[in-house]
Amino acid sequence: MVDLNYYLILSAMLFGLGVATFVSRRNSIVMFMGVELMLNAANLTLVACARMHRPVDGSILSLMVIAVAAAEVAVGLAILLAVFRLRRTVNADEIRELRA
Amino acid sequence: VNELVLFLFFGSVALVGGVNVLFQRHPVHAALFLVASFLGIAGLFLTLGASFLAAIQVLVYAGAIMVLFLFLILLLNLDKEPFEGINATRGASALVAAATMGLIVQPLASTDEPALHEPARPLIESASASPIHVGQFLFREYIVPFEIISLLLLVAMVGAIHMARRPTPAELH
Repeated sequence: MVDLNYYLILSAMLFGLGVATFVSRRNSIVMFMGVELMLNAANLTLVACARMHRPVDGSILSLMVIAVAAAEVAVGLAILLAVFRLRRTVNADEIRELRA
Repeated sequence: VNELVLFLFFGSVALVGGVNVLFQRHPVHAALFLVASFLGIAGLFLTLGASFLAAIQVLVYAGAIMVLFLFLILLLNLDKEPFEGINATRGASALVAAATMGLIVQPLASTDEPALHEPARPLIESASASPIHVGQFLFREYIVPFEIISLLLLVAMVGAIHMARRPTPAELH
């Protein structure tokens, strides 16, 4: 059996990679992928920790996270599509209409 | 097979996928490595005994969500990004990411808290996260969150269709 700690460290590393992707990439679509990585890292933590108590709870909470992630991606990518129609770019540095 | 072997295999698949999402400059390559990362995490779910969640992870994440990503990349005809080099923004973001990772990993790696060093074994052996158990809990104890999620997905679907719709000529004037 593997220590719980190993799972937590692995998911912390995945979360860090997600943060790095989100803050360093300028392509909005790839930034979304960073968010997905972070959500997956959180799911891994939930399932690994729940195994010590009641495994079903971790699975169900992760299921909720996956559903919210699916909703977020659907709306987010639709917004990116609308932005691309107006501005012909998805580069986060060039989309600055709201900035004063 | 030993759980440690499975953990190391699937964990390294997930990590290599994540690293490549960060460093691949072509969005399609980044998306494909993200699929690899999702599949690695699905394997970890299986290792942890959450077989239902592993199936959902493959279906929803590696299937539906990635198709959405790839479809949008192809629709927008995105190409490989030029190499920007190391600038102040990239340096700062690398620092933020390293700090985030370090601040979580360092305490975990150096702790001697016994609960964290116990093998992650289910205490209630009967209540494993098999599809039967998840279904029983999902439709009894967790029926309200389940219904809220279905409402959320409906709202998201309507919102996505509205956002992605091409405006009619009448609306433009």
